[in-house]
Amino acid sequence: MNPLSVVVRTICDVFAWFMGIFGVYIIIHGHLTPGGGFQGGAVVATMIAFLLVSHGGKKLLAFARPGFYSALETTGLLLFICAGFFGITTTLFYNFLAGQGGLFGSAVPIGPNSGIINSAGTISLMNMAVGLEVIGGLSLIIIYMFKGIRLFENAEGSGETGHDR
Amino acid sequence: MKKRALFMLAILVVAGTFWGALDRIHLFGDPVRAPMDDYYLNNAQQERSVNNVVTAIVFDYRGFDTLGEAAVLFTAVCSVLALFRKGREGQ
Amino acid sequence: MTGNAPFLVVGIIFFLGLYAILFERNLIKIAIGISLLEASANLLLIVLGYRSGGSIPVFTLAGEVKTMVLPTPQALTLTAIVIGLATSALLLSLIMLLYRHYGTLDVREIRRLRG
Repeated sequence: MNPLSVVVRTICDVFAWFMGIFGVYIIIHGHLTPGGGFQGGAVVATMIAFLLVSHGGKKLLAFARPGFYSALETTGLLLFICAGFFGITTTLFYNFLAGQGGLFGSAVPIGPNSGIINSAGTISLMNMAVGLEVIGGLSLIIIYMFKGIRLFENAEGSGETGHDR
Repeated sequence: MKKRALFMLAILVVAGTFWGALDRIHLFGDPVRAPMDDYYLNNAQQERSVNNVVTAIVFDYRGFDTLGEAAVLFTAVCSVLALFRKGREGQ
Repeated sequence: MTGNAPFLVVGIIFFLGLYAILFERNLIKIAIGISLLEASANLLLIVLGYRSGGSIPVFTLAGEVKTMVLPTPQALTLTAIVIGLATSALLLSLIMLLYRHYGTLDVREIRRLRG
């Protein structure tokens, strides 16, 4: 995949920031609005595909290290399991932080309300953990499938055939 | 040709089953009894202090399901990585 | 009968996917058929949990509406979507490797070239 023209690259550089911020917004507001860890992680991972299309494979593979995303994925899964196991004194996946006060534990009013950002206990923690895992996993899938395409082109013996200069 | 006729017969059987199910299912927009969902809707805010009931179910009431789901995602990523490994080209 | 039109739509999507899996010969089209089956299953879950006049089960955005749609099928659909995503990624990777090995995507050709 060759890089696209300079206009496309500049616009994509600007809008990739918005995509990343929107994905993080979806992740950290997962307990207030529709969305959550999986959806926000998918949005952030779309940013990688976006940059891959605009900047081409060589530059993206120099920028996005697979080891970093692998660490992100493993950390997310471990954090999720830990957040589930911390409530083991009652049951597995018990929400031991809800309603206790503190950073995650504000109680919400009953009925339709406008929402409090630091409520929901371990649910918001798990949203962030799953968000990290999905960001890492989907980015790894995108990067490795692109590497598979490049491997395939080398095996065919066809050179780099781009559609732009 | 015989195989295609057999496939058509299978599709007809599945379609008949589907038609029977459509005849007996509840009307759209009116689930008759849903006590579990009513419990979640009434008590999720009080018990888990969360506004989004779907998130409360996914991450709290049915957290074990979500653990399995995360494991499935992890396994799929590992399988894709194993399929496209670099050393595969040599053999 | 017209009240149950969404169930009928589920059935139509299901049979389109089944037709693609059974009668198409291109592997990519078979993968599209599997994705259609997943989409029909998700749509069935969502349609089963709908209450007429209900709002979304999120209290931040619900407004003053009393009835809400059932939240459990939506949670299960969330699970199903992520699993479908993972399986389709694995499926497309396998199709890529299959094309690299055989040089074709036609299932009859692949069956003939086997071995």
